[in-house]
Amino acid sequence: MNWDWQVFCKNTLDGEIMPRCFGSGGEITYLDWLLSAWGWTLSVSLLALLVALLFGSLMGILRTTPHRGLVFLGTAWTELFRNIPLLVQIFLWYHVLPALVPPLRGVPSFLLVVMGLGLFTSARISEQVRAGIQSLPRGQRMAGLALGFTLPQTYRYVLLPVAFRIIIPPLTSESMNIIKNSSVAFAVSISELTMFALQAQEETARGIEIYLAVTALYFISAFALNRLLHAIEVRVQIPGVIGGSR
Amino acid sequence: MIEIRNVSKWYGQFQVLTDCSTKIEKGEVVVVCGPSGSGKSTLIKCVNGLESFQQGEVIVNGISVGDAKTNLPKLRAHVGMVFQHFELFPHLTITENLEIGQVKVLGRSRDEARERGLKLLDRVGLRSQADKYPGQLSGGQQQRVAIARALAMDPICMLFDEPTSALDPEMINEVLDVMVELATEGMTMMVVTHEMGFARKVAHRVIFMDQGRIIEDAAKEDFFGTPRSERAQLFLSKILGH
Ligand SMILES: Nc1ncnc2c1ncn2[C@@H]1O[C@H](COP(=O)(O)OP(=O)(O)OP(=O)(O)O)[C@@H](O)[C@H]1O
Ligand SMILES: [Mg+2]
Repeated sequence: MNWDWQVFCKNTLDGEIMPRCFGSGGEITYLDWLLSAWGWTLSVSLLALLVALLFGSLMGILRTTPHRGLVFLGTAWTELFRNIPLLVQIFLWYHVLPALVPPLRGVPSFLLVVMGLGLFTSARISEQVRAGIQSLPRGQRMAGLALGFTLPQTYRYVLLPVAFRIIIPPLTSESMNIIKNSSVAFAVSISELTMFALQAQEETARGIEIYLAVTALYFISAFALNRLLHAIEVRVQIPGVIGGSR
Repeated sequence: MIEIRNVSKWYGQFQVLTDCSTKIEKGEVVVVCGPSGSGKSTLIKCVNGLESFQQGEVIVNGISVGDAKTNLPKLRAHVGMVFQHFELFPHLTITENLEIGQVKVLGRSRDEARERGLKLLDRVGLRSQADKYPGQLSGGQQQRVAIARALAMDPICMLFDEPTSALDPEMINEVLDVMVELATEGMTMMVVTHEMGFARKVAHRVIFMDQGRIIEDAAKEDFFGTPRSERAQLFLSKILGH
């Protein structure tokens, strides 16, 4: 087969090959577009990850408190967001919510996707945070309280530092999932990698090169995140604990 | 110092504690023993409100533990507790374990807390382990640190829930020695344990529990002399038998 990697140097308007592969003066090559799409993918993913960690941790913690109302809230949240398909949730955020809540109409679809993907993932993170806290010996909570810590202090100083260390591996794969799942953003016209692939291959008829490039960028993103989190995991290992260092 | 008045507790239909009453005066050492499942841990955890109870009253230093208005964290800050499984915080060094309560609960400065912590580490003979993590210490060492951690809060009394029963036999004495020293210095102590040697040496009274009831509550001499209940006698003969 014939590769034609020069396709990325083509101007998106007239298909001319640009000398330095990057467009200038308002002209855009497919390479420019690819990089900008990568930027959108990373932005959606990282912001959604932030939302997911925030809400997932909070809801996971609530589910381990001794207060029934809070446990119910956390459980209801988790079940709600994990039992509806992701794509449906994205459409709900994009089409249904703004119709029901008029102030949402002005919100850019980028933010709606971040919330949709973030809250979907928060349900999964909530599950992991809950499991992490519950895997700690029951006596740890008691020891914290017995020392005079309030319940929030017990979480802050005793339970969470250990629970989060334990769940770094599942959180890592969840973070990688977010990058992969961010491809649903194309469904609401965010110009991210998947959207780029669909459109660029149609325009250029070089689907193979386009898809290979997009695949590589997804892979690099997820893999870089994996390495980063692994480095953190190693750094915070507790000496003297199974799996710990030093 | 500690007064337990007619305390009863249920887990659903199951009654764990039935009408338990006793009193521990300042400076007294009281040993609580009884068969597994008799409610010893539950009772001692009622003293600092780690377990709630449905009936009765627990008064510690004049404060009612069961009262909804009581500031439990404040009360617990001055009631030391030592657990069967040590429960040091694994992500903190020994020094940090000793500091954190003093700093975050009592509001001491880090330097002050460190100094107090190191002094207590000295006292339990573990100064050289200050910068290690709990997972790097033996069980006996961890339990001595746990005692030091409780003492660092300047407790008005100490609660021990089977402090030696998770230890290898050769480590039991190093922990008991620390406890004996504490007792002879006049610390008010409520100790759940089956170490009758400890009870004989320093206890003022022995409480025997069975099926959630306090069956015997006697001066040490009377308890080891002629425990009145058959069950206590049977229990004693069993644990002293080996
Ligand atoms: N959370 C709980 N729910 C239901 N039952 C419980 C709970 N915790 C304890 N129990 C029951 O209450 C009874 C008393 O338990 P407790 O731990 O106080 O006994 P113990 O005297 O300390 O026993 P051991 O010597 O084994 O430590 C036991 O029968 C136990 O099964
Ligand atoms: Mg017990």
